[in-house]
Amino acid sequence: MSIEHLILRVVIKIMFAPILLFALYVQFHGDYGPGGGFQAGVIFAVAFILHALIMGLDETKRVLPVGALKILMVVGFLFYAGTGAATMLLGGNLLGYDALDPASTHHAGQHYGILLVEFGVGMAVSSTMLMIFYQFAGREPEIRDEDW
Amino acid sequence: MDGAEMAIASNRLLDLSLLTMLVLVAFVMLRSRHLFAIVMLSGIYSLLSAAFFVSLDAVDVAFTEAAVGAGVSTVLMLGAMLLTVRREKSIRSSRSRIGIIVVALVGSALIYATIDMPPFGSADAPANAYIGEVYVDRTAKEIAVPNIVTAVLASYRGFDTLGETMVIFTAGLGVMLLLGAGSARGGKAVKDKDDRA
Repeated sequence: MSIEHLILRVVIKIMFAPILLFALYVQFHGDYGPGGGFQAGVIFAVAFILHALIMGLDETKRVLPVGALKILMVVGFLFYAGTGAATMLLGGNLLGYDALDPASTHHAGQHYGILLVEFGVGMAVSSTMLMIFYQFAGREPEIRDEDW
Repeated sequence: MDGAEMAIASNRLLDLSLLTMLVLVAFVMLRSRHLFAIVMLSGIYSLLSAAFFVSLDAVDVAFTEAAVGAGVSTVLMLGAMLLTVRREKSIRSSRSRIGIIVVALVGSALIYATIDMPPFGSADAPANAYIGEVYVDRTAKEIAVPNIVTAVLASYRGFDTLGETMVIFTAGLGVMLLLGAGSARGGKAVKDKDDRA
C-alpha cells in the first residue's frame, strides 16, 4: 500500500465511524428531529464514498461488494412495500400503520410503521447511491492527481 | 429598535446576502467553461441554498439539500466528469436576439406574477392555510410524532414516499444497466475504447 495522501487517509479513518453513527442517529431520530431515511441513507453512503475516494474503489468493494448492494437495493424497497402489505394483512389499509398496534391509545402503531418504512427507505437510498457511485467510478481506474 | 425588530432585520439581511451569493454563483457557473470548477460551484450553490432553507426554518429540506445536493451529487458529477473531457467546448455566441427576448418576456411575466403573491410568512397564504393547517392540527392527535414533516412524509403521504423510493431504485437500476453491463452478471467492468478528446 502506498502512503500517498497520508493525511487524507488518516482523516477518513477517524471520520468513518462517526459518519456512520451520525447516519444511524438521523435514521432513527427522524420522528423527533429533522432527518429520516433519505438523509440517513445518503450520509451512510457518503462514508463509503469518502472511503472509496481516498483508499481506492477496490478496497471499498472488498468491504461492501457490488453483489451485497444489489440485494440491499431490492430488500430496502421490499421492506417498505412489505410494511404496506403487512398492514393490509392485519386488516388495515395499505400503509395504515395503526393496524400494527390497534390496541394502543397513543398511536404506537404509527411509530412502528414510520420506523419500519424509514428503515426501508434508508437501506434502499444508501445502497442505490453507492451503486450509482460504483458504476461511475468503476469505469476509470482512479482519479489522477492532475485531474484535480 | 427592540430585540424582535433587530432579529427580523438581521434575518432579512442574511436572506438577501444568501440570495445574492446564489445569483453570483449561478452567473459564474454560466460563464465558466472548466467542468471541474462548475461541479464545485454547483456544490457551493447547493450549500448556499441549504443555508437559505435553514433561514426559512425548513430544516428537513435544508438537511436533504446539504446531504444530497452538496454531498452526493457533487461526487457523482465528479465521477461523471472523469468519463468525459475536462473543458466544455466553447460555442460561438449566437447572434439571434429571439433567445434574449423570450427570456426577458418570461422573466418579467414571472416578476409581475410575484406582485400578486401573499407576503412572506403570511398566515393567510395558501401554503400556511388549508391542508398545511390541517396537518399541523391533526398530527399530534392522529400520528403522535413530534416532527410533522416526518408524519406527512411517512404516514399521511406514505404512498407517495413508496413511489419515491421506487424512483430511486429505478434510477439505480438504470445506471446499472447503462454503465455496468456485464458486471451485473459477475463479469469484468466494461471499459470503453479511449475516444476522449
